[in-house]
Amino acid sequence: MSDNTAISARGISLTFETNDGPVHALKDVDLDIERGEFVSFIGPSGCGKTTFLRVIADLEKPTAGKISVNGQDPETARMNRAYGYVFQSAGLFPWRTIAKNIKLPLEIMGYDPEEQEERAKAALSLVELDDFGGKFPWQLSGGMQQRASIARALSFDADILLMDEPFGALDEIVRDHLNEQLLALWRRTKKTIGFVTHSIPEAVYLSTKIVVMSPRPGRITEVIDNTLPDDRPLDIRDTPEFMALSHRVREGLRGGHQDG
Amino acid sequence: MAKVWHRYGPVLIISLAIGAFWYLAAIALNANWALDRAERAGKTLGAVELVQETWSQKKPRLPVPHQVAAEIYKTTVEKKITSKRSLIFHSWVTMSSTVLGFAFGVGLGVGLSVLIVYFRVVDMSVMPWIIASQAIPILAIAPMIIVILNSIGISGLVPKAIISAYLSFFPVVVGMVKGLRSPDKIQLDQMRTWNASHSDSFWKLRLPASVPYLFASLKVAMAASLVGAIVGELPTGAVAGLGARLLAGSYYGQTIQIWSALIMAAVLAAVLVNLIGLLQRITLKRMGFVR
Ligand SMILES: Nc1ncnc2c1ncn2[C@@H]1O[C@H](COP(=O)(O)OP(=O)(O)OP(=O)(O)O)[C@@H](O)[C@H]1O
Ligand SMILES: [Mg+2]
Repeated sequence: MSDNTAISARGISLTFETNDGPVHALKDVDLDIERGEFVSFIGPSGCGKTTFLRVIADLEKPTAGKISVNGQDPETARMNRAYGYVFQSAGLFPWRTIAKNIKLPLEIMGYDPEEQEERAKAALSLVELDDFGGKFPWQLSGGMQQRASIARALSFDADILLMDEPFGALDEIVRDHLNEQLLALWRRTKKTIGFVTHSIPEAVYLSTKIVVMSPRPGRITEVIDNTLPDDRPLDIRDTPEFMALSHRVREGLRGGHQDG
Repeated sequence: MAKVWHRYGPVLIISLAIGAFWYLAAIALNANWALDRAERAGKTLGAVELVQETWSQKKPRLPVPHQVAAEIYKTTVEKKITSKRSLIFHSWVTMSSTVLGFAFGVGLGVGLSVLIVYFRVVDMSVMPWIIASQAIPILAIAPMIIVILNSIGISGLVPKAIISAYLSFFPVVVGMVKGLRSPDKIQLDQMRTWNASHSDSFWKLRLPASVPYLFASLKVAMAASLVGAIVGELPTGAVAGLGARLLAGSYYGQTIQIWSALIMAAVLAAVLVNLIGLLQRITLKRMGFVR
């Protein structure tokens, strides 16, 4: 594990004890994520993508194995506010305006009011919601709400951004646009990003590394390095290189299925 | 115009129907007495006379609306409000203990709900008692509460308010427990990723999330509180309050007085509950809950 390692997982297993017997959500997962990497997790439903993200963020304790985040255990990293977590639904507080929602983690972390104001403003403009700070969540479309929740995760300088199917519920066009924005943001900030998706093109378009998972028990079947250049216009998706990568991911997904 | 009709039309129709039914019921219920009296006087009553008679008795079984209205007018507008005969005075007495008891009850209810949500032990140990407390008829324990409190030197408004509180804390507990538990898993997990303290989770998430539930409970609590206040006035031989008017009315067979007190109680309930409704609309709108 080098100094440049953001997340290092060794032999992570997590078994949920349920009424219908144990569920092996994760089994022997090894993974290293470097600082500044954009890692996508892809795999069929129930393969443990969400669970793995939750283990990284100390929302779930593994039953076996070791995981370290910035050289610390996840709990310490969480106490040090290392994570910006974007959940599958925006989860904005309906009684707070968008700006106040974005200030919520800042309030909790004890930023002074001027800095809260500045950071909320900056975060809002990062996701192109400059004029919507004073609106309540219900006054925004689903896509805008999801952008607000991304802004909230970005408002404090967490070095690790974990996103669980953040664009899953959005239509193709909004999704393309948000993908572009997210990529630009990542290039600017060089944050470490863990990103769960069901979409092969999304995974290939965004990431530096694609982690393919398979279910029962949840495990990593393949880690594919993305050879596309950092600079990616949307139409890169029509290039042969992109197609080839997509094909590899699809094969990986299929292989995982046959194993299982 | 159409809008006004749309809004108030149904209410008007129902009111007219109830009024009509009331007048008819009065004829049916009061006719015997009227016929008896006519027979003793050796007279026979025509239909019109019979109706007139049943609608104008001094102590009818069922007084008609205009009799009650006249009585209310006489005991509100025509009496000084300091007079023992003034219904405004009696309503005021009942309202004071209703509001005081409501405040006690809400305080108790909110406090208990917080303990229940944060401490499993409290949830397990206290909740059954809370439910049991509401299974006991209030009429059975109200006199005991009054007597016990009187014996330790507490009298006047407070014992009645305690009976109100006894009835009104319950809906608050139930509503607030539900409200404080209403944040979903995502919202709670978010707070955890930000390493929020217990107090942040309470003040910034659970409490604001519970506000809509609280208001729904407050309306029920206010109505229950009024019932408590009136019941609390019955066993004390109270000299003031709508409960006392009801009791006095029934001692002397003053049905018109009873009905006036009942109507005043209903009006009071409507006013108080609507006040909370108003507060609810303003608060929820300002909090962004209402679209
Ligand atoms: N809290 C829990 N209790 C019991 N079982 C759970 C729990 N959370 C997840 N699981 C199980 O663990 C397995 C992995 O779940 P997980 O949510 O990580 O899948 P996923 O890859 O995110 O799936 P999806 O793509 O549908 O979101 C599933 O079989 C799921 O039923
Ligand atoms: Mg998932």
